[in-house]
Amino acid sequence: MSDSKINIAVIDEDPVRAAILMDGLAEAGHVNVVHIDNVDNLLKKIFAIDPDVILIDLENPSRDTLEQMFQVSREVRRPTAVFVDETDRAMTDAAIDAGVSAYIVDGLKKERVNQIVDLTISRFNAFNRLQNELTEAKTALSERKIIERAKGILMRSRGMSEEEAYAALRKTAMNEKKRIVDIANSLVTADRIAS
Amino acid sequence: MPDSLGVEETDVTDTDGAPEVTTVHAGIIPLLDCAPLVVAAEFGFAEKHGLKLELSREQSWASIRDKVTIGHLDCAHMLGPMVVASTLGVGHVRTPLIAPMALGLNGNAITVSTTLFERLQEKGLDDGDALSGARALKQVIEDDRKATRPPLTFGVVFPFSTHNYELRGWLAGGGINPDFDVRLVVIPPPLMVANLDQGLIDGFCVGAPWNAVAVEAGVGEIVVTKSRLWHNGPEKVLGVRQPWAEAHPRTLKALIRALVEAARWTEQPENRGAVAETLADRAYLDMDSGVLMRNMAGTLPRSLPGSTVKDPDFITFFRDHATFPWRSHAAWFTEQMIRWRQIDQDTDPCAVAERVYRPDIYRDAVRPLEISAPATDWKSEGTGPDHGRFFGNAVYEPNCPDA
Repeated sequence: MSDSKINIAVIDEDPVRAAILMDGLAEAGHVNVVHIDNVDNLLKKIFAIDPDVILIDLENPSRDTLEQMFQVSREVRRPTAVFVDETDRAMTDAAIDAGVSAYIVDGLKKERVNQIVDLTISRFNAFNRLQNELTEAKTALSERKIIERAKGILMRSRGMSEEEAYAALRKTAMNEKKRIVDIANSLVTADRIAS
Repeated sequence: MPDSLGVEETDVTDTDGAPEVTTVHAGIIPLLDCAPLVVAAEFGFAEKHGLKLELSREQSWASIRDKVTIGHLDCAHMLGPMVVASTLGVGHVRTPLIAPMALGLNGNAITVSTTLFERLQEKGLDDGDALSGARALKQVIEDDRKATRPPLTFGVVFPFSTHNYELRGWLAGGGINPDFDVRLVVIPPPLMVANLDQGLIDGFCVGAPWNAVAVEAGVGEIVVTKSRLWHNGPEKVLGVRQPWAEAHPRTLKALIRALVEAARWTEQPENRGAVAETLADRAYLDMDSGVLMRNMAGTLPRSLPGSTVKDPDFITFFRDHATFPWRSHAAWFTEQMIRWRQIDQDTDPCAVAERVYRPDIYRDAVRPLEISAPATDWKSEGTGPDHGRFFGNAVYEPNCPDA
């Protein structure tokens, strides 16, 4: 069986992560990839796709539903979780860290499966990095706001210029070996208590 | 968040030496009976016994099982039958797990859609008789069959769960074959109410607080609570990876002491408010604390506004030896797995119970505490003052050599 003939179902309710993964699978030459973005009537959808490989986010609550279907259904072929094969402990660890779970039907060559799972892990990790960067960007934004507010307090209560206010914050931070935002934060908090 | 309100002093003299490791990673599912773990972590019980308890909320039982299997979690809030299934290697890779303590009794209920509830009432549903709902359901199913309507669908939380076996036992008690007369599907607890609301299922068996949540949302009605179906019936346990337990015996015993003390504290009525507030937090159940308070007090809603039912034994955290891992519970689970053809028909339930449930570790752990542990490992179910409260008029006697 060549890679392009493998039927892959991607179950992911996060559209961005799904897109990242689908792109990766397409680049690797997999053409039979279907994205399931809504888990209602999951069995019917899986039956229609008849996948060789199912890729699903480890945290997806529908995994319990999926696994029970495999146990009781006579309609779908029964894939087993990749973790059942514990020979590749490093990959299993990497998959859990990245939040990937995969179910594979019997008869697929191990190298083929590993390729797909490895690719999914790296794409999930890329997505996680993206998420973290986004969170960091948001944090940075709110940190800047706090510093602005602290400067405003100093300008109002001490009659400092904006430059003087910022220099005062920086000097205190250096003396106390703290981040400027932490100093700004305590100033804002103290001002809120005082007012 | 209150830190050590529950504990007056630090006392590590009751251990048999310091724990091998001080940080324990445990998984929880958003259910009321994860309370002992949350209380131990948040109110100082873990610290008192020299431990730091790191909790991680998981979305599904499969996720709990995988993370315990691979060692990302040391132990978890688990379904009793899951511990048996993992050890036997059914449904997943064989992973030896043990249950050295239980995390309470009861707490489940069977809830149906308001439409189905009305149909059951027409067919003679009677609050005083725990199996009357199942007999009424049998007539509803026969009517549906004559009218060639599709079979009713019920949700359970996991294939290897008390909920699956309770619902099946209740259905069978009414003359219904759970494998042919209805469809059973697996749905994680937090998604049960939405599935009922959307009409994807007609009823479910799930743990607290999700039955009450369904009634308060106006989408369902409780037919029977577990405490009336099986008085003091088993529920979750602390599932521990056996190699971890063997490598960290002192840590495990310290953890059991912390959890047993946390369970006792959780049950005291004056602490319900603090427990409910804590569990209601986003990190845990992420819901209104009021419904949790009412569940703990055994006050259950009915869909008529202002109408409630009292079930004082609806959920039990500590009293009646609620934290003791009875081997008779594990034997019953294994018998159910045989009955419903999930495992080999010649599996020995007694041997499984002895291997998986570990009252010996529990007794050893609680000895320094002023808590009495039962002297026997097995008991009959449905006997004593609550005689016959085991699926109708039955009594369960584990048929094991030491029982």
